[in-house]
Amino acid sequence: MSIVEHHIDLESPRISDAEVTDYIALLKPRVMSLVVFTALVGLAIAPVHVHPVLAFTSLLCIAVGAGASGALNMWYESDIDARMSRTANRPIPRGRVTRPEALAFGMTLAFFSVMTLGILVNWLAGALLAFTIFFYVVIYTVALKRWTAQNIVIGGAAGALPPVVAWAAATGSLSVEPWLLFLIIFFWTPPHFWALALFRSDDYARAGVPMLPVVAGPDVTRLQILLYTLVLVAVAFAPWPLGYFDAVYGITSLVLGAGMLALAINVYRRRQGSAALRATRRLFAFSIFYLFALFATLLLEVVVRAVTPSIW
Amino acid sequence: MDDKQKPDALPGIVLTEAQKKRRRERSIAIALALGVLVVLFFAVTLVKGPAVLNRPL
Repeated sequence: MSIVEHHIDLESPRISDAEVTDYIALLKPRVMSLVVFTALVGLAIAPVHVHPVLAFTSLLCIAVGAGASGALNMWYESDIDARMSRTANRPIPRGRVTRPEALAFGMTLAFFSVMTLGILVNWLAGALLAFTIFFYVVIYTVALKRWTAQNIVIGGAAGALPPVVAWAAATGSLSVEPWLLFLIIFFWTPPHFWALALFRSDDYARAGVPMLPVVAGPDVTRLQILLYTLVLVAVAFAPWPLGYFDAVYGITSLVLGAGMLALAINVYRRRQGSAALRATRRLFAFSIFYLFALFATLLLEVVVRAVTPSIW
Repeated sequence: MDDKQKPDALPGIVLTEAQKKRRRERSIAIALALGVLVVLFFAVTLVKGPAVLNRPL
């Protein structure tokens, strides 16, 4: 900081107008809720008993780590956020929180979430959480988002890691099952975000973000959505025949996958006017339900087994 | 520079009632977060350390 800037700071110090809710908004609570839910499933399906206090600690640290990623993402992307109608109301573009405040907030939360998870639970989980935050902020937000249409494909790995972190927190090691959950979220991300990008492509174009519909056009995006949905349905179904998850999960996965595929085909076929818009909105909404229902099935099975162990 | 222009003569920062309220709320939120952290470390120490909560009565 130069002497002149320092002098100006002293003359007109800024008084923060931020409310607590502005800092909560920096955490991206909706993204955080999905992260917590997928992490809870990773924790629940682990084949070990986890003390409730340690389970709560793990989920809290993962949630705070996700929140830190959100705050650091908003710190770096405040210029983009200000240009997009979907994000213009976020705390930094609205002037409620400054960029340095968001940076300090995000870094503090990242540090405490990683250290707390490492010290109180185990360092494999702590290291994986640190890598998740690093991947989301540095690889996705800084390196990929403004430079390539494959941003959300590669960046999707960050959103897919929470169940892996949770499994590591429970067991202290890694196994095939959490990586299956990782793959499901990883291949779910492109159809989900490209559906959003299709009906928000003007917003992304204005902000200069090279999302696939902006760079390659809507038709290529529709084809990519369909292809990734095919892979997603296969990846989500595979754990049943491979013997990792049971028939209840397998059949649920097939039913939900059929719905997802039907909506993706609909997006591919309807390319003009309000019918096209409706199709993409439906796919976007259903994709959220799809992931939630798939993971809820795994969670429900664990709960039912715990409540009625004799019938299994 | 005469006396009126010296920094000592400035009235300083006067917060409005709304700013005071928001600052108080932010301070309470930080205090709560630190409290949660203390309780968390205490609880996990009981579980993992001397294992007080895990011992049969």
